Amino acid sequence: MPDRVVPVRTCFIVCAVLLVLAGGSVAVAQVDLRGWNTLIALLIAAMQAVLIGQFLMHLRWSPPVIRLVAMAGIIWLAILLAGTLDDILTRGWLPVPGK
Amino acid sequence: MIAQGAARESGALGEQFGTFEQQHQAETLGMWIFLATEVMLFGGLFTAYTVYRTFYPAGFAEGSRHMDVLYGSVNTAVLIISSLMMSLAVRAAQLGHQRALTRYLLGTALLGVLFLAVKGLEYQKHFAEGMVPGLVWQYGGPLPNQVELFFFAYFVMTGLHSVHLGIGIVAVLVFAARARFGTFLVQRSAPVEMLGLYWHFVDVVWIFLLPLLYLFGLSS
Repeated sequence: MPDRVVPVRTCFIVCAVLLVLAGGSVAVAQVDLRGWNTLIALLIAAMQAVLIGQFLMHLRWSPPVIRLVAMAGIIWLAILLAGTLDDILTRGWLPVPGK
Repeated sequence: MIAQGAARESGALGEQFGTFEQQHQAETLGMWIFLATEVMLFGGLFTAYTVYRTFYPAGFAEGSRHMDVLYGSVNTAVLIISSLMMSLAVRAAQLGHQRALTRYLLGTALLGVLFLAVKGLEYQKHFAEGMVPGLVWQYGGPLPNQVELFFFAYFVMTGLHSVHLGIGIVAVLVFAARARFGTFLVQRSAPVEMLGLYWHFVDVVWIFLLPLLYLFGLSS
Protein backbone atom coordinates (compact mmCIF):
# COMPACT_ATOMS: atom_id res chain seq x y z
CA MET A 1 0.00 0.00 0.00
CA PRO A 2 2.55 2.70 0.87
CA ASP A 3 5.38 3.49 -1.53
CA ARG A 4 8.31 1.13 -1.67
CA VAL A 5 10.61 1.51 1.32
CA VAL A 6 14.09 2.36 0.00
CA PRO A 7 16.87 0.47 1.82
CA VAL A 8 19.20 2.60 3.98
CA ARG A 9 22.13 1.29 1.92
CA THR A 10 20.60 2.66 -1.29
CA CYS A 11 20.03 6.08 0.31
CA PHE A 12 23.66 6.29 1.44
CA ILE A 13 25.11 5.02 -1.86
CA VAL A 14 23.02 7.49 -3.90
CA CYS A 15 24.07 10.32 -1.58
CA ALA A 16 27.75 9.34 -1.87
CA VAL A 17 27.54 9.19 -5.66
CA LEU A 18 25.84 12.63 -5.67
CA LEU A 19 28.67 14.08 -3.58
CA VAL A 20 31.34 12.51 -5.80
CA LEU A 21 29.61 13.86 -8.93
CA ALA A 22 29.39 17.35 -7.37
CA GLY A 23 33.10 17.19 -6.48
CA GLY A 24 33.88 15.99 -10.01
CA SER A 25 31.89 18.87 -11.47
CA VAL A 26 33.83 21.43 -9.41
CA ALA A 27 37.14 19.73 -10.34
CA VAL A 28 36.38 19.58 -14.08
CA ALA A 29 35.38 23.27 -13.99
CA GLN A 30 38.99 24.23 -13.12
CA VAL A 31 40.19 22.92 -16.50
CA ASP A 32 39.57 24.91 -19.68
CA LEU A 33 37.87 22.55 -22.13
CA ARG A 34 37.34 25.21 -24.82
CA GLY A 35 33.62 25.76 -24.63
CA TRP A 36 32.70 22.25 -23.47
CA ASN A 37 32.82 23.09 -19.76
CA THR A 38 29.18 24.14 -19.40
CA LEU A 39 27.88 21.19 -21.40
CA ILE A 40 29.84 18.70 -19.29
CA ALA A 41 28.80 20.43 -16.05
CA LEU A 42 25.15 20.32 -17.14
CA LEU A 43 25.46 16.63 -18.07
CA ILE A 44 26.81 15.89 -14.58
CA ALA A 45 23.94 17.92 -13.06
CA ALA A 46 21.47 15.97 -15.20
CA MET A 47 22.94 12.68 -13.96
CA GLN A 48 22.52 13.90 -10.38
CA ALA A 49 18.93 14.96 -11.07
CA VAL A 50 18.14 11.53 -12.56
CA LEU A 51 19.62 9.79 -9.50
CA ILE A 52 17.59 11.97 -7.12
CA GLY A 53 14.42 11.51 -9.19
CA GLN A 54 14.74 7.76 -9.64
CA PHE A 55 15.84 6.77 -6.14
CA LEU A 56 15.15 9.52 -3.58
CA MET A 57 11.90 10.67 -5.22
CA HIS A 58 10.89 7.03 -5.90
CA LEU A 59 10.19 7.54 -9.63
CA ARG A 60 11.83 4.18 -10.29
CA TRP A 61 9.07 2.45 -8.36
CA SER A 62 6.22 4.83 -9.28
CA PRO A 63 3.28 4.02 -11.58
CA PRO A 64 3.59 5.25 -15.21
CA VAL A 65 1.23 8.20 -14.69
CA ILE A 66 3.57 9.71 -12.06
CA ARG A 67 6.61 9.25 -14.30
CA LEU A 68 4.66 10.86 -17.12
CA VAL A 69 3.91 13.98 -15.07
CA ALA A 70 7.58 14.21 -14.03
CA MET A 71 8.61 14.00 -17.68
CA ALA A 72 5.94 16.55 -18.67
CA GLY A 73 7.62 19.29 -16.61
CA ILE A 74 11.00 18.56 -18.20
CA ILE A 75 9.59 18.33 -21.73
CA TRP A 76 7.79 21.66 -21.25
CA LEU A 77 11.07 23.24 -20.18
CA ALA A 78 12.80 21.73 -23.23
CA ILE A 79 10.12 23.22 -25.51
CA LEU A 80 10.56 26.63 -23.85
CA LEU A 81 14.34 26.53 -24.25
CA ALA A 82 14.27 25.15 -27.82
CA GLY A 83 11.61 27.61 -28.93
CA THR A 84 13.55 30.55 -27.45
CA LEU A 85 17.01 29.50 -28.64
CA ASP A 86 15.92 28.78 -32.23
CA ASP A 87 15.06 32.48 -32.36
CA ILE A 88 18.03 34.11 -30.69
CA LEU A 89 20.69 31.79 -32.13
CA THR A 90 19.54 32.25 -35.74
CA ARG A 91 18.83 35.99 -35.75
CA GLY A 92 22.05 36.89 -37.53
CA TRP A 93 21.64 34.33 -40.32
CA LEU A 94 19.61 36.42 -42.76
CA PRO A 95 20.14 40.09 -43.60
CA VAL A 96 16.58 41.12 -42.84
CA PRO A 97 16.15 44.90 -43.13
CA GLY A 98 14.92 46.65 -40.01
CA LYS A 99 15.94 43.71 -37.81
CA MET B 1 -13.29 -3.10 5.47
CA ILE B 2 -13.77 -2.65 9.19
CA ALA B 3 -10.27 -1.20 9.45
CA GLN B 4 -11.10 1.14 6.60
CA GLY B 5 -14.29 2.28 8.30
CA ALA B 6 -12.29 3.15 11.41
CA ALA B 7 -9.69 4.95 9.31
CA ARG B 8 -12.44 6.98 7.66
CA GLU B 9 -13.85 8.01 11.03
CA SER B 10 -10.42 9.07 12.31
CA GLY B 11 -9.92 11.19 9.19
CA ALA B 12 -6.93 9.24 7.86
CA LEU B 13 -8.88 8.08 4.79
CA GLY B 14 -10.63 10.89 2.92
CA GLU B 15 -14.33 10.52 2.19
CA GLN B 16 -13.77 10.82 -1.56
CA PHE B 17 -11.40 7.84 -1.70
CA GLY B 18 -12.33 4.16 -1.87
CA THR B 19 -9.04 2.80 -0.60
CA PHE B 20 -5.79 3.96 0.98
CA GLU B 21 -3.97 3.02 -2.20
CA GLN B 22 -6.19 5.25 -4.31
CA GLN B 23 -5.73 8.11 -1.86
CA HIS B 24 -1.98 7.65 -1.86
CA GLN B 25 -1.79 7.69 -5.66
CA ALA B 26 -3.96 10.82 -5.85
CA GLU B 27 -1.71 12.60 -3.34
CA THR B 28 1.46 11.62 -5.18
CA LEU B 29 -0.01 12.67 -8.53
CA GLY B 30 -1.10 16.04 -7.11
CA MET B 31 2.35 16.67 -5.65
CA TRP B 32 4.07 15.84 -8.93
CA ILE B 33 1.75 18.15 -10.87
CA PHE B 34 2.68 20.91 -8.40
CA LEU B 35 6.37 20.13 -8.93
CA ALA B 36 5.84 20.32 -12.72
CA THR B 37 4.50 23.87 -12.25
CA GLU B 38 7.59 24.60 -10.16
CA VAL B 39 9.77 23.39 -13.03
CA MET B 40 7.95 25.96 -15.17
CA LEU B 41 8.49 28.73 -12.59
CA PHE B 42 12.23 28.10 -12.29
CA GLY B 43 12.37 27.19 -16.01
CA GLY B 44 11.40 30.75 -16.95
CA LEU B 45 14.37 32.07 -14.98
CA PHE B 46 16.73 29.47 -16.43
CA THR B 47 15.56 30.46 -19.91
CA ALA B 48 16.07 34.18 -19.19
CA TYR B 49 19.57 33.33 -17.95
CA THR B 50 20.28 31.32 -21.13
CA VAL B 51 19.09 34.16 -23.39
CA TYR B 52 21.20 36.85 -21.72
CA ARG B 53 24.21 34.59 -21.46
CA THR B 54 23.91 33.91 -25.21
CA PHE B 55 23.76 37.66 -25.87
CA TYR B 56 26.56 38.59 -23.44
CA PRO B 57 28.89 35.59 -22.96
CA ALA B 58 31.91 37.69 -21.93
CA GLY B 59 29.98 39.70 -19.33
CA PHE B 60 28.42 36.57 -17.80
CA ALA B 61 31.83 34.85 -17.61
CA GLU B 62 33.26 37.96 -15.95
CA GLY B 63 30.35 38.05 -13.48
CA SER B 64 30.75 34.35 -12.69
CA ARG B 65 34.44 34.95 -11.90
CA HIS B 66 33.33 37.21 -9.03
CA MET B 67 31.51 34.31 -7.36
CA ASP B 68 33.17 32.40 -4.53
CA VAL B 69 33.08 28.71 -5.50
CA LEU B 70 33.74 27.68 -1.90
CA TYR B 71 30.31 28.94 -0.76
CA GLY B 72 28.60 27.21 -3.67
CA SER B 73 30.42 23.90 -3.14
CA VAL B 74 29.84 23.80 0.62
CA ASN B 75 26.16 24.53 0.10
CA THR B 76 25.88 21.80 -2.54
CA ALA B 77 27.27 19.26 -0.08
CA VAL B 78 24.97 20.56 2.68
CA LEU B 79 21.89 20.18 0.46
CA ILE B 80 22.85 16.69 -0.75
CA ILE B 81 23.31 15.52 2.85
CA SER B 82 19.99 17.16 3.79
CA SER B 83 18.37 15.12 1.01
CA LEU B 84 19.89 11.98 2.54
CA MET B 85 18.37 12.98 5.90
CA MET B 86 15.01 13.55 4.22
CA SER B 87 15.07 10.17 2.48
CA LEU B 88 15.79 8.54 5.86
CA ALA B 89 12.89 10.51 7.36
CA VAL B 90 10.56 9.21 4.64
CA ARG B 91 11.78 5.69 5.40
CA ALA B 92 11.16 6.17 9.12
CA ALA B 93 7.62 7.39 8.41
CA GLN B 94 6.92 4.39 6.17
CA LEU B 95 8.22 1.98 8.79
CA GLY B 96 6.37 3.74 11.61
CA HIS B 97 9.47 4.75 13.57
CA GLN B 98 8.18 7.86 15.27
CA ARG B 99 11.32 8.91 17.18
CA ALA B 100 13.62 8.34 14.21
CA LEU B 101 11.23 10.37 12.04
CA THR B 102 11.41 13.32 14.45
CA ARG B 103 15.21 13.12 14.58
CA TYR B 104 15.70 12.93 10.81
CA LEU B 105 13.25 15.78 10.19
CA LEU B 106 15.10 17.96 12.70
CA GLY B 107 18.38 17.03 11.02
CA THR B 108 16.96 17.98 7.63
CA ALA B 109 15.74 21.35 8.94
CA LEU B 110 19.09 22.00 10.61
CA LEU B 111 20.99 21.41 7.35
CA GLY B 112 18.48 23.65 5.55
CA VAL B 113 19.17 26.43 8.07
CA LEU B 114 22.92 25.85 7.61
CA PHE B 115 22.47 26.32 3.85
CA LEU B 116 20.62 29.61 4.37
CA ALA B 117 23.27 30.78 6.85
CA VAL B 118 26.06 30.16 4.31
CA LYS B 119 23.94 31.87 1.65
CA GLY B 120 23.45 34.81 4.02
CA LEU B 121 27.22 35.13 4.55
CA GLU B 122 27.67 35.07 0.80
CA TYR B 123 25.01 37.76 0.24
CA GLN B 124 26.70 39.84 2.96
CA LYS B 125 29.97 39.55 1.02
CA HIS B 126 28.24 40.78 -2.16
CA PHE B 127 26.88 43.76 -0.22
CA ALA B 128 30.35 44.52 1.22
CA GLU B 129 31.87 44.35 -2.26
CA GLY B 130 29.15 46.57 -3.72
CA MET B 131 27.97 43.85 -6.12
CA VAL B 132 24.21 44.08 -5.52
CA PRO B 133 22.37 45.53 -8.54
CA GLY B 134 19.82 48.18 -7.60
CA LEU B 135 20.98 48.51 -3.98
CA VAL B 136 24.78 48.76 -3.74
CA TRP B 137 26.51 48.76 -7.11
CA GLN B 138 30.16 49.90 -7.00
CA TYR B 139 31.62 47.52 -9.57
CA GLY B 140 34.48 49.20 -11.45
CA GLY B 141 35.73 46.38 -13.68
CA PRO B 142 35.15 45.62 -17.36
CA LEU B 143 31.67 45.25 -18.98
CA PRO B 144 29.79 46.81 -16.02
CA ASN B 145 26.28 46.59 -17.54
CA GLN B 146 26.62 42.94 -18.52
CA VAL B 147 28.12 41.96 -15.16
CA GLU B 148 25.24 43.77 -13.46
CA LEU B 149 22.82 41.71 -15.54
CA PHE B 150 24.59 38.52 -14.45
CA PHE B 151 24.30 39.53 -10.80
CA PHE B 152 20.66 40.40 -11.28
CA ALA B 153 20.05 36.88 -12.63
CA TYR B 154 22.13 35.45 -9.76
CA PHE B 155 20.11 37.22 -7.06
CA VAL B 156 16.71 36.41 -8.57
CA MET B 157 17.55 32.72 -9.11
CA THR B 158 19.28 32.07 -5.78
CA GLY B 159 16.73 34.30 -4.02
CA LEU B 160 13.76 32.34 -5.34
CA HIS B 161 15.58 29.12 -4.48
CA SER B 162 16.24 30.33 -0.92
CA VAL B 163 12.59 31.31 -0.50
CA HIS B 164 11.64 27.76 -1.52
CA LEU B 165 14.13 26.33 0.94
CA GLY B 166 12.82 28.62 3.70
CA ILE B 167 9.27 27.39 3.08
CA GLY B 168 10.63 23.84 3.12
CA ILE B 169 12.35 24.39 6.48
CA VAL B 170 9.16 25.77 8.07
CA ALA B 171 7.17 22.81 6.71
CA VAL B 172 9.78 20.30 7.93
CA LEU B 173 9.74 21.89 11.42
CA VAL B 174 5.92 21.75 11.55
CA PHE B 175 6.11 18.09 10.52
CA ALA B 176 8.81 17.42 13.14
CA ALA B 177 6.55 18.88 15.84
CA ARG B 178 3.63 16.79 14.61
CA ALA B 179 5.82 13.68 14.57
CA ARG B 180 7.08 14.42 18.09
CA PHE B 181 3.71 15.07 19.70
CA GLY B 182 1.37 12.81 17.76
CA THR B 183 1.21 9.53 15.92
CA PHE B 184 -0.64 10.86 12.86
CA LEU B 185 2.43 10.95 10.61
CA VAL B 186 3.53 7.40 11.32
CA GLN B 187 0.02 6.03 10.85
CA ARG B 188 0.08 7.34 7.33
CA SER B 189 3.40 8.07 5.63
CA ALA B 190 2.05 9.98 2.60
CA PRO B 191 2.39 13.52 4.04
CA VAL B 192 6.08 12.98 4.85
CA GLU B 193 6.61 11.41 1.40
CA MET B 194 5.12 14.53 -0.25
CA LEU B 195 7.31 16.78 1.90
CA GLY B 196 10.28 14.68 0.79
CA LEU B 197 9.41 15.18 -2.89
CA TYR B 198 9.37 18.96 -2.37
CA TRP B 199 12.67 18.92 -0.50
CA HIS B 200 14.44 16.81 -3.15
CA PHE B 201 13.06 19.08 -5.88
CA VAL B 202 14.60 22.15 -4.21
CA ASP B 203 17.88 20.20 -4.05
CA VAL B 204 17.70 19.46 -7.80
CA VAL B 205 17.21 23.18 -8.59
CA TRP B 206 20.39 24.01 -6.66
CA ILE B 207 22.30 21.26 -8.47
CA PHE B 208 21.63 23.13 -11.73
CA LEU B 209 22.37 26.56 -10.22
CA LEU B 210 25.88 25.51 -9.12
CA PRO B 211 27.39 24.98 -12.60
CA LEU B 212 25.51 27.88 -14.22
CA LEU B 213 26.34 30.55 -11.63
CA TYR B 214 29.54 29.43 -9.90
CA LEU B 215 31.48 27.03 -12.08
CA PHE B 216 31.41 28.37 -15.58
CA GLY B 217 33.58 31.43 -14.91
CA LEU B 218 36.40 29.34 -13.41
CA SER B 219 38.05 28.18 -16.60
CA SER B 220 36.99 30.83 -19.11
